[in-house]
Amino acid sequence: MNSNFKIFLKGIVDVSPLMIPVVPFGLIFGILAIDIGFSPLATMGMSLIIFGGASQIVLLQLFSGGASSLIIISSVGAVNSRHLLYGAVVSEHVSDLKLIWKIIISYFLIDQAFARSNEYFKKNKDKNKYFHLIGGGATCWVIWQSTTFLGIILGAAIPEQLGLSFAVPLTFLALLVNDFRKLINVIVIITSGLVATLGYNYIPYKAYVIVAALIGLFVAMILTKMIKNNE
Amino acid sequence: MSDWALIIYCGLITFLTRFSMIALLKKEMFNDRIREILSYVPSAIFPAIIFPAIFLDNIGSIEIEDNPKILAAIIAMLVGIFSRSILATIFAGLASYWTIIFI
Repeated sequence: MNSNFKIFLKGIVDVSPLMIPVVPFGLIFGILAIDIGFSPLATMGMSLIIFGGASQIVLLQLFSGGASSLIIISSVGAVNSRHLLYGAVVSEHVSDLKLIWKIIISYFLIDQAFARSNEYFKKNKDKNKYFHLIGGGATCWVIWQSTTFLGIILGAAIPEQLGLSFAVPLTFLALLVNDFRKLINVIVIITSGLVATLGYNYIPYKAYVIVAALIGLFVAMILTKMIKNNE
Repeated sequence: MSDWALIIYCGLITFLTRFSMIALLKKEMFNDRIREILSYVPSAIFPAIIFPAIFLDNIGSIEIEDNPKILAAIIAMLVGIFSRSILATIFAGLASYWTIIFI
């Protein structure tokens, strides 16, 4: 059996290539948060307490648009619903662990660490294989906190004409690169995007993110069902 | 609600979505159908952030003409489709955006 530390290191190595895009993402988050009017401490607090790029950007986006707390929190919940899937997949590998380890693993269960560790879990039977996810999660944690911090410092120095806020939709667009080639995904993407854009001024309480996502999922449900019935 | 309360609640809900399945699930509770639907969550939710940020101006009206973000986003998407690289997509989008607005 591999030592805990060796598996931890393997997690770091495996997740590292996925960390490159996290750097601009973290910088942009730090810069935008300060720009919107959060204090440096609160900005750092978001990265430490929430530790989720998409959640934090949605928080900023809706907060700056004047949405209520309830809408912001539920939208963050909607963005995070994909983690239910990650948790369900990981749970079978960590079901024997103590509660404290489950809490630590949950905090580190981010997209990139999940993607790499899930592959590792499938191939390895070691009892201590969960150190792989902790290695990957901790790597991302360090990068996320340090780039947030850099963003806070750089924020004042970056001219507004650069239009860095455009990096937000770009970052999310980049997260969908693997979905552009699949027809159902493309239809879901267009549906959700149109509902959010056209409903932006008409859907009350800035709930356009949740409403658009739910309609998009509903479309996915119908389309996948139709395809199954045809098979 | 204070900024800090908001941050803590958002942190809690983020943590709970990650923790709930790990803590509660003993065996397989999700069937394949739920799994399949959940795999569409990114495609359903990210466009709700992407599209308004591209097509709406500061006051929330739709802006199609004279909007450099649209062309830049299309270029980024094409680069994304062909490269499948997150980094290349972001850089292509920013580079074309800056090229359009500064030249």
